[in-house]
Amino acid sequence: MPVHPTIQESSQGLATRPEHSANSPLSIHAMTVAYHRKPVLWDVDYDAPPNKLIAIVGPNGAGKSTLIKSCLGLIPRASGQVEFWGLSYKQARSRVGYVPQRESVDWDFPVSALDVVCMGRYRMIGWCKPVSKKHKEAALSCLDQVGMREFANRQISQLSGGQQQRVFLARALAQEADLYFMDEPFAGVDAATERAIVQVLRKLKENNKTVIVVHHDLQTVPDYFDEVILLNMRVVAAGEVSDVFTSENLHKTYGGRLTLLAEAAEAVARASSGNT
Amino acid sequence: MSTPFFQFDIGLDLFPMLAATLAAVGCGLLGNFLVLRKLSLMGDAISHSVLPGLVIAFLIASTRSPLVMFLGAAIAGVTTVLLVELVKKYARVEPGAAMGVVFSALFALGVLLIERAAVRHIDLDADCVLHGQLETLVWYGAPQKLSELIQFSNLSEVPRQIYVLLSMVVAAFIFVGVFFKELRIAAFDPALSTTQGFNATLLHYLLMIFVSAATVASFEAVGSILVIAMLICPAATARLMTDRLHTQIAMSVVVSIICGIGGYVAATAVPAVFGKDAVNAAGSMSVVAGLILAIAIIGAPKHGLITRIIRRKKLALRIAIDDVLATLYRAEESGQNVTIRSLKQMLIGRSVDSAIAASVRKKMLLQDQSQLSLTQSGRDTASAIVRKHRLWEYYLVENAGFAPDHVHDTAEQLEHLKTQPPAGPSTDPHGKSIP
Repeated sequence: MPVHPTIQESSQGLATRPEHSANSPLSIHAMTVAYHRKPVLWDVDYDAPPNKLIAIVGPNGAGKSTLIKSCLGLIPRASGQVEFWGLSYKQARSRVGYVPQRESVDWDFPVSALDVVCMGRYRMIGWCKPVSKKHKEAALSCLDQVGMREFANRQISQLSGGQQQRVFLARALAQEADLYFMDEPFAGVDAATERAIVQVLRKLKENNKTVIVVHHDLQTVPDYFDEVILLNMRVVAAGEVSDVFTSENLHKTYGGRLTLLAEAAEAVARASSGNT
Repeated sequence: MSTPFFQFDIGLDLFPMLAATLAAVGCGLLGNFLVLRKLSLMGDAISHSVLPGLVIAFLIASTRSPLVMFLGAAIAGVTTVLLVELVKKYARVEPGAAMGVVFSALFALGVLLIERAAVRHIDLDADCVLHGQLETLVWYGAPQKLSELIQFSNLSEVPRQIYVLLSMVVAAFIFVGVFFKELRIAAFDPALSTTQGFNATLLHYLLMIFVSAATVASFEAVGSILVIAMLICPAATARLMTDRLHTQIAMSVVVSIICGIGGYVAATAVPAVFGKDAVNAAGSMSVVAGLILAIAIIGAPKHGLITRIIRRKKLALRIAIDDVLATLYRAEESGQNVTIRSLKQMLIGRSVDSAIAASVRKKMLLQDQSQLSLTQSGRDTASAIVRKHRLWEYYLVENAGFAPDHVHDTAEQLEHLKTQPPAGPSTDPHGKSIP
């Protein structure tokens, strides 16, 4: 069995959708990314509709984090373009927020939860200026939104994994962006944090934001998200959950990993019953 | 003995001590960001690999003027970082190995260049690179009184190295002060830093240029051993003492000053105790820095070994008390008598004696000869523990798919957690009632 299923028609969900790259918070065109000359992402095309919660799913090594990072210019692209509302990332930077994977930072670092959330406002504050009271208060209210205000002065190593994730989320809120990338915010969090994250996602959507989330739990995709990108090096399918989150597409994405497929089948069943 | 082991002599000691302390403070301050990024070895690498930069700069410009030396060092420092990145990427080795390869190769190149230069009778010495030349800072004909010292005319007596070091320290403080926020975010979360427009790589190189400058400024006076010690020890010490970055930086500066002055005094005073001559001051400072770090590792209030051992002991005692009380509670349930001996047999590996003593002190336990019984408060505490244990057993069987005969040991651990188990029925999987 080949590791990556061969895909004839990529991104079938997009064919029916008209392109509005100036309206689309994120439009990726023919993007290829390689590590050590080995392609990790191949010819990715995607236009994100505005004001949606979008999941990126796919097996390990499918290039989910790479997709996010290359959009943000953290990993160089071998080819292709990425536009945000028709602008380059540099021009649109202040409107784009990012929540990296929790493990990507050192949680023993000597900063408090509030310090971390304030980092979300550094762009607004600008070079070489200290964090003013105004920005600290904004950061505090973001901590409040994720139920972490009372932990504002805690050193971050003294927070549980779920609380750390919520601090990261608060930091993203502090960025006051219009488009958010979140890299596995649900990984290894407790039930309370999962609820808090979902609440924040829905609130962001209410406020006309777009959120793109790398997600592992196929079961919750139909509950939490409007759109889904099925990724395995290429975009297998992308579009509304009810259209593209089918067992056929999942099969194409995950190959023969049966345990996952059983889970997915259940989720698909729920998704279709939810849409009738 | 009436003579003190160390007598401060302005001529002999003022400038060497000042130079050493300034070098220590500059390196100690910048070291904070190396320690935070877990890049301490980079300080080691740079302090070695600036050597060829210095020699080449000297050979090209034929002068040892600070600006030329600084340029040589800065270029060498940035080259080191670039080479480390390249080796890491293309040789696919861990960062430590990449740094090790790069700096030993560059240092060797530096030594070779010095040898070649020495053949041409040029004044550069590989030995002073390691130990520095504090002795050259002695002020001949210095005034002996403090009042005579503070005079403008004396400014011209201040050696060049002091001015160079002073500028370096001032520049380092300004750099850290102005870019504090940026250095913090780039060290904590380089990805976020870069996406926010604070290019983490750029900041990294900027920091490395400052480290190179601090290294070269300190080199001549105190040598590379002290530079390496000061880039790591004060910051690592301060890191153990506090969880606040501002406090950490302030403490690292204080520790650097203590190392500078303390090490200098110790270089003369400690050998004098044994009737020996003074040792190299830079070496002595590095030893003091190492000792302070060792003390912090052992005795730091929150992260020190002693605190951790005490914390573990306290936890072990709490668990032992929980177990003693719970065992007595279960015995009461089944109507058994419990003696200290039978308790010890049931709780092998726990410090039963101290747990009993502590429980008696807390009035949770009554001891009559070798007979033990719970007081009402002891019974309440015990019933809460047993309740937790049995609810966890229920949870493990119902929700986590454990077999009923495999849950006891796990529940035995979970019962000591502060987390409460989810509510459950009134009997556990073994049919015992949940209090």
